[in-house]
Amino acid sequence: MKFERIEAPYWSPETNVASLMLQVLAALVPAAIAHVWYFGPGFIFNLLVAGIFAIAGEAFIMWVRGRPPEAALSDFSALVTAALLAFALPSLTPWWVTATGALFGVVVAKHLYGGLGFNIFNPAMAGYVVILVTFPMYLNLWVAPRMGDIDYQHLTIIQTLTFTLTGNLPDALTFDAVSRATPLDVMKSGLNNMATATEIRANPVMGDFGGRGWEWIGNFLAFGGFWLLIKKIIRWQIPVGVGIGLLGPAMIMYLVDPGTSPGPGFHLFAGATILCAFFIATDPVSAATSPKGRFVYGLGIGFLIWCIRRWGSYADGVAFAVLIMNMAVPVIDYLTRPQIVGHEPKEETSG
Amino acid sequence: MSAPTYDLGKLHGGLRLQANKKESTAQPILEVPVPSQLILPIEQHVGQPAQPVVGIGDHVLKGQPVAEPDGELGAPIHASSSGTVVAIERWPVSRRRGDKAPCIVIECDGKDEPAPGTVDEDYKSLAPADLLLRILDGGIVGLGGAVFPTAQKLMQARTCETEFLILNGVECEPYISCDDVLMRERAPAILSGAQVLMHALQLDACYVVVESDKPEAIARIGEVLADLNDSRIVLKQVPTIYPSGGEDQLVQLVTNRQVPSGGLPTDVGCIVQNVGTAAAVHDWILHNEPLISRITTISGDGVVSPVNIRARIGTPIAEVIEFAGGYTDNVKHLIIGGPMTGKSVSTDEVPLVKASNCVLAVTAAPSTGDELACVRCGDCAAVCPVQLLPQQLFWYACADDEEKLREFGLTDCIECGCCDLVCPSHIPLTADFRMAKGRIRELADEKSRADRARRRFEARNLRLEQEQHDREAELTRQKESAKRAGPAEIAEILKRKQQEKKDDPS
Repeated sequence: MKFERIEAPYWSPETNVASLMLQVLAALVPAAIAHVWYFGPGFIFNLLVAGIFAIAGEAFIMWVRGRPPEAALSDFSALVTAALLAFALPSLTPWWVTATGALFGVVVAKHLYGGLGFNIFNPAMAGYVVILVTFPMYLNLWVAPRMGDIDYQHLTIIQTLTFTLTGNLPDALTFDAVSRATPLDVMKSGLNNMATATEIRANPVMGDFGGRGWEWIGNFLAFGGFWLLIKKIIRWQIPVGVGIGLLGPAMIMYLVDPGTSPGPGFHLFAGATILCAFFIATDPVSAATSPKGRFVYGLGIGFLIWCIRRWGSYADGVAFAVLIMNMAVPVIDYLTRPQIVGHEPKEETSG
Repeated sequence: MSAPTYDLGKLHGGLRLQANKKESTAQPILEVPVPSQLILPIEQHVGQPAQPVVGIGDHVLKGQPVAEPDGELGAPIHASSSGTVVAIERWPVSRRRGDKAPCIVIECDGKDEPAPGTVDEDYKSLAPADLLLRILDGGIVGLGGAVFPTAQKLMQARTCETEFLILNGVECEPYISCDDVLMRERAPAILSGAQVLMHALQLDACYVVVESDKPEAIARIGEVLADLNDSRIVLKQVPTIYPSGGEDQLVQLVTNRQVPSGGLPTDVGCIVQNVGTAAAVHDWILHNEPLISRITTISGDGVVSPVNIRARIGTPIAEVIEFAGGYTDNVKHLIIGGPMTGKSVSTDEVPLVKASNCVLAVTAAPSTGDELACVRCGDCAAVCPVQLLPQQLFWYACADDEEKLREFGLTDCIECGCCDLVCPSHIPLTADFRMAKGRIRELADEKSRADRARRRFEARNLRLEQEQHDREAELTRQKESAKRAGPAEIAEILKRKQQEKKDDPS
């Protein structure tokens, strides 16, 4: 009897890229709901705009590259990029701003480097930084979180949609009436104005740790992140590295000089720390790949976030920290190779 | 002295795979009758193929050697039953490279008439060296699948400071259960074989290592050990993780010592033998039966009733499967060996050989889908038992970067297939690494040839240069002495030269 030959191992693989990406998206759902609750429906519009342009951009660039678009689209990685970008943007963002970021992330940062697996930089963060340098003013339009005791100007769904599509607020309203400085902005400008951290924390947007609303979104992001850890879709080294890299120096400076240094709790919950630790820095393609390397990579990102927040001109530093560490990945990977079983411990070699 | 106790070492990575062994262990070992024709490949072991010592038309008896080892490493092949040699020709076999190999074909006479032989009733009276030579005659090779000639492995271990014998009853690959049923049904033979091996090695420490998912085997070995009352032998349980049954992995697991890269377990004081090999040693030394049959697992969704069979070496797989209940209608692939490391064959004409621990018939190839680009998730590195970085190796394999492949330990890869299974991009890493290893071997061969040629060339250049140099030195010396010499002396020299010319007219 004749048989068809196949290659070992004769065992079906346990997972696939699409399912990994879908699980990452699923892990973001609780935080997305919290985001809509605190900052209004703008998040959904941003997500839709980013998703549509990420997918359209990917389909287009695959067509340009002479490859079947469905090959790239079926892995859902463009949707993850879109979702992360939507989390990074204020809920009031005109569509062309979001579209610019999504297109740059997918087309330039990902596909011009060869597509998923070959990109050096995190596509979502590359897209965010392009927005940061091209449309800086829109990134300041964070509406105030929905908290009873804050003077909150409510925008309806229609008004939010109108803004997303046109960039115009209803006639009666000004930007100042609907937007609030983020806790990180308040901290930064406060410290620049010689206020002490304790004084600044009296501002009602600050909440218990890192800002009203932000804290709860952070909790839900961490919840999703832990779920990914349990499912072994991400490993602990990067989140823990980011945590230690950021909170370590924050803790030390808080103990040394509490007047000018916000505490670790603030750093943890303010801005995009938790999003970065569990969802952005853990993008496997642009991260280091050995276990030790991942820890170092995470440490570097955390430390750079802290440096940028403390000394930089931007309020948050997640995007720059991630992109800078992306550049360091080849060196980190080279220097943190694990010890192969049966080999003598590596001698330190120069060069 | 009893076996020293070590804390169990920890294996890096590995996988917990669905075992699929229950199907084949449900019934006792099935004896397959002697087939009408036996096909005996002359290469059933690591080393040189054996040389046939029978001719076409010769009548052979069961257990009679039909091929003898040729060269330093090898094992004899015995007729698995009595009959007539009808051909020595190339026949389809299951092997890594090539589809056919020389085989001795025996037409069985059905009498199964054994060759006369002597039984060393008291092997303990034999000197270890003589016992090793006896074992060599039994044609015994490692039955775990690697088929390294047992006698030579033991001889090598005798030259090292070997501390203990490890009997491998781990059998970690899914589906395969031939060692499990062997331990259940023939535990006394295994332990008696262990005693023979310990005498041959002059060792007094032996571990019998069994995976925790074989409670029946563990209980049976334990019972027999209690009866035997031999404190030198210790039963050890290890967790069920693939691939802890690999030789080096087992050594690491049991002794917490790492076999050095490119080295052997004896480098860290261990020698590993499969439990089946121990039973074969017992059969040969105490019952004069050379290695002419083995237990093989027949399983997979392509056979009607999965079972363990005992068949004569050389029985065509087709007959084995038929006897075991036959294929299902939709069978599509036939694999000799386990699902992780076995070899897919194109025909069931291939014979059952000493290495065949398992025959899998399956109805569908694993659904791998399209191969995507590596996303560097690192799961492959997390499961690699040798702690390689398969994702990096894959890059270098694509780039054919030999130097980097060596640096990142490609030659340490044991081809267990764990990385393949966890790869979300479904990259056939193991197949890629196997190919890259082949290329490295080719390159090394080419390089050594080129090196030899270069060395010859350089040596020749050096010789020519030296000659040239010597000539010049001689010339200068003569010129110098001519300068120093006075006219009378020059005349003297000239006269001598002329005299020399006359003496030597050539």
